[in-house]
Amino acid sequence: MCGIAGIISRNGERQIGSEMTRMLQSMKHRGPDSTGYALYGAPSADWVMRVKLADANTPRDYEFADRLLRNKGEIERRLAHLGATVQSIDDATEYAFEAHFSYDGDLKALADRVEDVRGAEVLSLGHSLQIVKDLGDAESVSDRYNLGKLGGSHAIGHVRMATESDVDISGAHPYWAYPFSDIAVVHNGQLTNYHQWKRRLERSGHRFQSECDSEIIAVYLAEKMAEGADLEDAMRQSLEELDGVFTYICVTEDALGMAKDELAAKPLVLYEADDLVALASEEIAIRAVVDHEIDTYDPFEGEVMVWQR
Amino acid sequence: MATLTYDARGLVEVDGTAPGIAEIDGERAQFDARELTTRKINAELRRLVYQEGIRDVTILGPGARHSLGVGILQRCKITFDGSLGYFGLGLIDGPEVHVRGRVGWSACENMMSGVVIVDGNAGSLTAAAIRGGDVLVRGRVGARTGIDQKGGTVIVLGDAGSMTGFMMQRGRQIILGDVGPGLGDSMYDGTIYVGGKVKALGVDCVPGEWTDADTEFIERKFSIYELGAAPELQKFVCGKQLYNYDNLEPSERKLVL
Repeated sequence: MCGIAGIISRNGERQIGSEMTRMLQSMKHRGPDSTGYALYGAPSADWVMRVKLADANTPRDYEFADRLLRNKGEIERRLAHLGATVQSIDDATEYAFEAHFSYDGDLKALADRVEDVRGAEVLSLGHSLQIVKDLGDAESVSDRYNLGKLGGSHAIGHVRMATESDVDISGAHPYWAYPFSDIAVVHNGQLTNYHQWKRRLERSGHRFQSECDSEIIAVYLAEKMAEGADLEDAMRQSLEELDGVFTYICVTEDALGMAKDELAAKPLVLYEADDLVALASEEIAIRAVVDHEIDTYDPFEGEVMVWQR
Repeated sequence: MATLTYDARGLVEVDGTAPGIAEIDGERAQFDARELTTRKINAELRRLVYQEGIRDVTILGPGARHSLGVGILQRCKITFDGSLGYFGLGLIDGPEVHVRGRVGWSACENMMSGVVIVDGNAGSLTAAAIRGGDVLVRGRVGARTGIDQKGGTVIVLGDAGSMTGFMMQRGRQIILGDVGPGLGDSMYDGTIYVGGKVKALGVDCVPGEWTDADTEFIERKFSIYELGAAPELQKFVCGKQLYNYDNLEPSERKLVL
């Protein structure tokens, strides 16, 4: 099933960490396996990179902690070797950390070097994007990563019921659009031409960290935007070129968009107000952040909508 | 306030007893649902209708929760002061329901009789497989409205999404706005009236010939729900090219077979 949600402020910063947690927790019944966030805080001059070194359910052998320490140190060395100036590396959990650094080289080369360290996966890389995803429901993930007081302009989130790939962090949404900065996607549905697009994008040099079809959408959109399309154009093209039943929400550094396929078989409820736009698989998620009676609607089949922050 | 107990995964409220919080005034009752779970709301509604014999219930703050008001098999009046989530009012037989808000996917699924009036919009699959009764949506509806409809009437004052009337078998739909692609796709029977533009007809859905009976039906429904003068409508029916048909009612077919 899975549940997706998005929120974008139209008048400055909001408590997007706690708001997205409430939205996702209210849809826990749609997917209790894992929860993920893509959160956009105030843009930083530095790069912000979220990395995981293992999963919450990775077996803990005697060397587990030492191995994580070694691998984190190796990533720090590789960043320095590539010319990045590391400002800080902060642990989010025992197996995930957040690095801030300045760097003016090739992002793909950097991400590839980091992910060459065994067990490492770059969850997000950007000036304001931070992807946090882990096993468990929204409240437990928020507590684990201390998201409650995180402010920002927009965010998307996902609760996952694993159906076609493993219950692990790699299979959890959102997906960062490797190797393009500050783009992420959450998706509800199935893509039936997944393998075709995966091969096509791999031939273009992209890597995929998971077996999840949703990862295709993020990289697809980012590549279209790299070719010159704006977000809305890229999303409209996706309706033509991606097959299956799907509704997805995409975010960039300054925008949030939704797309629904021609069959409209996956739900999305939309609320637009002067101060925010909120959308989710179920209205109860929107009501978790709006405390008054609201008027909502379902976007129709084949609709693409984009909002700027 | 009743103590809430959930299953081990924190998903299902296991205590199905009615909280008994409604304010009862003769044959009317009202209760606030804001702090209640779905199960408690339904339990309180059923207690009022079946045990207390209340004939007019108002539920405040339903909060778009799912599966509210399902399976009410009693003639009564129910008002939801707010929106419903998915699967609201399914399987009802008899009540007159007013939703002062919107409804999510699959509202009124398998409704047998009664009236449901929705002041706002409705999600996809509204009135799926209804057998009888009237469903009036004052806003717009999503995709596949009246899928597998077997009777009754669906009236939508706004636009409707794709595959409206998909596999419809009997009954009528009146859509005053535009409709998406695939109107009446694979319909077996029934009639769909459309006031706006039709993006594309579905398989075996064709324009129908307007008769006096159509005029009488439309004017009667518009009069009942005080919708003013009926606009000009297009009529669509099944082309009956896909399947073999006979003119027997199901009850007659049983006798023949």
